[in-house]
Amino acid sequence: MQPYLDGSLSDAEVAEAQKHLELCSWCAKRYHFEERLRRYVRVAVSEPMSPELKTKLAALRTPLT
Amino acid sequence: MSESAPSTEDTRRLAQEARARVRFEEEALELSDQVYRVARRLVGTREEAEDLVKQTYERAFRAWRQFTPGTNLRAWLLRILTNLNIDRGRRQQRTPQTTSLDTEAGDYFLYNKLESQVPEENPDEERVLERLSQDSVVEALADVPHNFRDVVVLVDIGEFSYADAAQILDVPIGTVMSRLHRGRRILKKNLADSAVVT
Repeated sequence: MQPYLDGSLSDAEVAEAQKHLELCSWCAKRYHFEERLRRYVRVAVSEPMSPELKTKLAALRTPLT
Repeated sequence: MSESAPSTEDTRRLAQEARARVRFEEEALELSDQVYRVARRLVGTREEAEDLVKQTYERAFRAWRQFTPGTNLRAWLLRILTNLNIDRGRRQQRTPQTTSLDTEAGDYFLYNKLESQVPEENPDEERVLERLSQDSVVEALADVPHNFRDVVVLVDIGEFSYADAAQILDVPIGTVMSRLHRGRRILKKNLADSAVVT
Protein backbone atom coordinates (compact mmCIF):
# COMPACT_ATOMS: atom_id res chain seq x y z
CA MET A 1 0.00 0.00 0.00
CA GLN A 2 2.82 2.45 0.83
CA PRO A 3 4.52 2.25 -2.59
CA TYR A 4 1.09 2.73 -4.17
CA LEU A 5 0.52 5.89 -2.12
CA ASP A 6 4.02 7.08 -2.94
CA GLY A 7 3.37 6.72 -6.65
CA SER A 8 6.32 4.39 -7.06
CA LEU A 9 4.59 1.41 -8.65
CA SER A 10 4.65 0.47 -12.32
CA ASP A 11 1.50 0.97 -14.41
CA ALA A 12 0.70 -2.73 -14.21
CA GLU A 13 1.13 -2.76 -10.44
CA VAL A 14 -1.05 0.34 -10.10
CA ALA A 15 -3.78 -1.35 -12.12
CA GLU A 16 -3.56 -4.41 -9.92
CA ALA A 17 -3.71 -2.33 -6.74
CA GLN A 18 -6.70 -0.35 -8.02
CA LYS A 19 -8.54 -3.54 -8.89
CA HIS A 20 -7.90 -4.87 -5.41
CA LEU A 21 -9.05 -1.64 -3.75
CA GLU A 22 -12.32 -1.81 -5.67
CA LEU A 23 -12.98 -5.31 -4.38
CA CYS A 24 -11.61 -5.16 -0.86
CA SER A 25 -13.40 -2.72 1.40
CA TRP A 26 -10.94 -3.30 4.25
CA CYS A 27 -7.98 -2.19 2.12
CA ALA A 28 -10.00 0.62 0.55
CA LYS A 29 -10.84 1.99 3.97
CA ARG A 30 -7.21 1.71 5.07
CA TYR A 31 -6.06 3.35 1.87
CA HIS A 32 -8.30 6.36 2.38
CA PHE A 33 -7.23 6.65 5.97
CA GLU A 34 -3.52 6.52 5.02
CA GLU A 35 -4.03 9.08 2.31
CA ARG A 36 -5.81 11.48 4.61
CA LEU A 37 -3.32 10.92 7.42
CA ARG A 38 -0.42 11.72 5.16
CA ARG A 39 -2.05 14.90 3.91
CA TYR A 40 -2.97 15.85 7.47
CA VAL A 41 0.62 15.39 8.68
CA ARG A 42 1.99 17.35 5.75
CA VAL A 43 -0.29 20.30 6.40
CA ALA A 44 0.11 20.16 10.19
CA VAL A 45 3.91 20.35 10.11
CA SER A 46 4.15 22.97 7.36
CA GLU A 47 5.57 26.15 8.70
CA PRO A 48 5.93 29.08 6.32
CA MET A 49 9.27 30.80 5.94
CA SER A 50 9.60 34.17 7.63
CA PRO A 51 9.60 37.26 5.37
CA GLU A 52 12.94 38.22 6.97
CA LEU A 53 14.59 35.04 5.72
CA LYS A 54 13.08 35.59 2.30
CA THR A 55 14.64 39.05 2.20
CA LYS A 56 17.99 37.67 3.34
CA LEU A 57 17.96 35.03 0.63
CA ALA A 58 17.03 37.55 -2.05
CA ALA A 59 19.99 39.66 -0.91
CA LEU A 60 22.36 36.77 -1.69
CA ARG A 61 21.73 37.18 -5.41
CA THR A 62 24.60 38.36 -7.54
CA PRO A 63 24.13 42.11 -8.08
CA LEU A 64 23.26 43.00 -11.65
CA THR A 65 26.00 45.17 -13.06
CA MET B 1 47.59 39.33 -19.46
CA SER B 2 48.60 40.40 -22.91
CA GLU B 3 45.18 41.32 -24.20
CA SER B 4 43.80 44.59 -23.01
CA ALA B 5 40.29 44.72 -24.47
CA PRO B 6 38.03 41.68 -24.34
CA SER B 7 36.98 40.31 -27.70
CA THR B 8 33.36 40.39 -28.83
CA GLU B 9 33.33 36.64 -28.34
CA ASP B 10 34.36 37.01 -24.71
CA THR B 11 31.83 39.72 -24.08
CA ARG B 12 29.08 37.61 -25.52
CA ARG B 13 30.13 34.60 -23.49
CA LEU B 14 30.21 36.64 -20.31
CA ALA B 15 26.79 38.09 -20.99
CA GLN B 16 25.45 34.61 -21.63
CA GLU B 17 26.89 33.34 -18.40
CA ALA B 18 25.50 36.28 -16.47
CA ARG B 19 22.04 35.53 -17.84
CA ALA B 20 22.33 31.85 -16.96
CA ARG B 21 23.39 32.80 -13.47
CA VAL B 22 20.48 35.17 -12.95
CA ARG B 23 18.09 32.52 -14.20
CA PHE B 24 19.60 29.95 -11.84
CA GLU B 25 19.35 32.24 -8.85
CA GLU B 26 15.76 33.20 -9.60
CA GLU B 27 14.71 29.58 -10.04
CA ALA B 28 16.45 28.58 -6.83
CA LEU B 29 14.79 31.41 -4.91
CA GLU B 30 11.37 30.39 -6.19
CA LEU B 31 11.91 27.06 -4.46
CA SER B 32 12.94 28.58 -1.14
CA ASP B 33 9.54 28.11 0.54
CA GLN B 34 9.60 24.41 -0.26
CA VAL B 35 13.24 24.08 0.78
CA TYR B 36 12.50 25.80 4.08
CA ARG B 37 9.47 23.64 4.79
CA VAL B 38 11.61 20.51 4.53
CA ALA B 39 14.55 22.06 6.41
CA ARG B 40 12.32 23.11 9.26
CA ARG B 41 11.39 19.50 9.96
CA LEU B 42 14.92 18.15 9.54
CA VAL B 43 16.24 20.22 12.43
CA GLY B 44 14.95 21.04 15.88
CA THR B 45 14.47 24.79 15.87
CA ARG B 46 13.36 27.57 13.56
CA GLU B 47 16.68 29.37 14.00
CA GLU B 48 18.62 26.30 12.91
CA ALA B 49 16.38 25.84 9.90
CA GLU B 50 16.81 29.48 8.87
CA ASP B 51 20.61 29.25 9.26
CA LEU B 52 20.69 26.05 7.28
CA VAL B 53 18.59 27.44 4.43
CA LYS B 54 20.70 30.61 4.28
CA GLN B 55 23.93 28.59 4.17
CA THR B 56 22.41 26.35 1.52
CA TYR B 57 21.66 29.29 -0.74
CA GLU B 58 25.10 30.80 -0.14
CA ARG B 59 26.72 27.56 -1.17
CA ALA B 60 24.32 26.98 -4.07
CA PHE B 61 24.94 30.44 -5.49
CA ARG B 62 28.71 29.87 -5.25
CA ALA B 63 28.51 26.40 -6.82
CA TRP B 64 25.79 27.18 -9.38
CA ARG B 65 27.93 25.98 -12.31
CA GLN B 66 27.87 22.46 -10.86
CA PHE B 67 24.11 22.26 -11.32
CA THR B 68 23.06 20.48 -14.53
CA PRO B 69 20.22 22.48 -16.12
CA GLY B 70 17.14 20.38 -16.71
CA THR B 71 17.71 18.21 -13.64
CA ASN B 72 15.81 18.53 -10.37
CA LEU B 73 16.93 21.80 -8.80
CA ARG B 74 14.90 21.28 -5.64
CA ALA B 75 16.62 17.92 -5.04
CA TRP B 76 19.99 19.53 -5.76
CA LEU B 77 19.34 22.24 -3.15
CA LEU B 78 18.18 19.67 -0.62
CA ARG B 79 21.33 17.64 -1.24
CA ILE B 80 23.42 20.67 -0.30
CA LEU B 81 21.23 21.32 2.71
CA THR B 82 21.45 17.73 3.91
CA ASN B 83 25.24 17.73 3.60
CA LEU B 84 25.46 21.00 5.51
CA ASN B 85 23.22 19.55 8.16
CA ILE B 86 25.50 16.52 8.51
CA ASP B 87 28.55 18.83 8.67
CA ARG B 88 26.93 20.69 11.52
CA GLY B 89 26.96 17.38 13.33
CA ARG B 90 23.28 17.77 14.00
CA ARG B 91 24.10 19.86 17.01
CA GLN B 92 21.28 20.80 19.36
CA GLN B 93 19.05 18.31 17.70
CA ARG B 94 16.83 16.03 19.55
CA THR B 95 18.25 12.57 19.51
CA PRO B 96 15.61 10.54 21.22
CA GLN B 97 16.10 6.92 22.11
CA THR B 98 15.10 4.62 19.32
CA THR B 99 11.52 3.73 19.99
CA SER B 100 11.07 0.05 20.51
CA LEU B 101 8.24 -1.16 18.39
CA ASP B 102 6.00 -4.09 18.71
CA THR B 103 6.32 -5.13 15.10
CA GLU B 104 3.06 -7.01 15.15
CA ALA B 105 1.07 -4.00 16.27
CA GLY B 106 3.02 -2.00 13.70
CA ASP B 107 1.23 -0.36 10.85
CA TYR B 108 -2.35 -0.70 11.98
CA PHE B 109 -1.70 0.66 15.41
CA LEU B 110 -2.83 4.22 14.83
CA TYR B 111 -5.61 3.18 12.54
CA ASN B 112 -7.00 0.74 15.06
CA LYS B 113 -6.61 3.08 17.96
CA LEU B 114 -8.34 5.99 16.24
CA GLU B 115 -10.83 3.87 14.41
CA SER B 116 -11.92 2.10 17.56
CA GLN B 117 -13.11 5.40 18.95
CA VAL B 118 -15.45 6.04 16.07
CA PRO B 119 -18.93 4.63 15.76
CA GLU B 120 -19.08 1.83 13.22
CA GLU B 121 -21.88 3.50 11.30
CA ASN B 122 -20.82 6.36 9.05
CA PRO B 123 -17.49 7.09 10.70
CA ASP B 124 -16.48 10.69 10.30
CA GLU B 125 -12.83 10.03 9.61
CA GLU B 126 -11.87 13.64 9.07
CA ARG B 127 -12.87 14.22 12.66
CA VAL B 128 -10.78 11.26 13.73
CA LEU B 129 -7.68 12.92 12.38
CA GLU B 130 -8.62 16.22 13.92
CA ARG B 131 -8.19 14.62 17.31
CA LEU B 132 -4.51 15.07 16.64
CA SER B 133 -3.54 18.66 17.37
CA GLN B 134 -1.06 20.37 15.10
CA ASP B 135 1.48 20.57 17.92
CA SER B 136 1.18 16.89 18.67
CA VAL B 137 1.87 16.04 15.02
CA VAL B 138 4.97 18.27 15.01
CA GLU B 139 6.09 16.66 18.25
CA ALA B 140 5.42 13.14 17.02
CA LEU B 141 7.51 13.77 13.90
CA ALA B 142 10.34 15.41 15.85
CA ASP B 143 10.51 12.36 18.09
CA VAL B 144 11.23 10.01 15.20
CA PRO B 145 14.98 9.18 15.30
CA HIS B 146 16.74 11.31 12.70
CA ASN B 147 17.80 8.58 10.24
CA PHE B 148 14.19 7.58 9.80
CA ARG B 149 12.82 11.08 10.12
CA ASP B 150 15.00 12.45 7.30
CA VAL B 151 13.44 10.00 4.86
CA VAL B 152 9.90 10.56 6.11
CA VAL B 153 10.39 14.33 5.84
CA LEU B 154 11.77 14.12 2.30
CA VAL B 155 9.11 11.74 0.98
CA ASP B 156 6.02 12.67 2.99
CA ILE B 157 6.60 16.38 3.56
CA GLY B 158 8.86 17.24 0.63
CA GLU B 159 7.06 14.83 -1.70
CA PHE B 160 10.30 13.60 -3.19
CA SER B 161 10.43 10.29 -5.05
CA TYR B 162 12.33 7.37 -3.53
CA ALA B 163 15.05 7.94 -6.14
CA ASP B 164 15.42 11.64 -5.30
CA ALA B 165 15.47 10.91 -1.57
CA ALA B 166 18.15 8.27 -2.17
CA GLN B 167 20.26 10.77 -4.08
CA ILE B 168 19.77 13.55 -1.54
CA LEU B 169 20.77 11.32 1.36
CA ASP B 170 23.39 9.41 -0.65
CA VAL B 171 21.97 6.01 0.31
CA PRO B 172 20.57 3.16 -1.84
CA ILE B 173 16.87 3.21 -2.73
CA GLY B 174 16.34 0.04 -0.70
CA THR B 175 17.59 1.90 2.36
CA VAL B 176 15.17 4.75 1.65
CA MET B 177 12.29 2.30 1.45
CA SER B 178 13.14 0.42 4.63
CA ARG B 179 13.80 3.60 6.61
CA LEU B 180 10.60 5.11 5.28
CA HIS B 181 8.62 2.08 6.31
CA ARG B 182 10.08 2.06 9.78
CA GLY B 183 9.97 5.85 10.14
CA ARG B 184 6.29 5.97 9.27
CA ARG B 185 5.57 3.23 11.77
CA ILE B 186 7.36 5.10 14.53
CA LEU B 187 5.52 8.28 13.53
CA LYS B 188 2.18 6.49 13.71
CA LYS B 189 3.06 4.97 17.04
CA ASN B 190 3.96 8.45 18.34
CA LEU B 191 0.73 9.88 16.94
CA ALA B 192 -1.31 7.11 18.48
CA ASP B 193 0.37 7.76 21.82
CA SER B 194 -0.62 11.40 21.69
CA ALA B 195 -4.07 10.95 20.18
CA VAL B 196 -6.68 12.13 22.64
CA VAL B 197 -8.47 9.18 24.12
CA THR B 198 -11.97 9.96 25.18
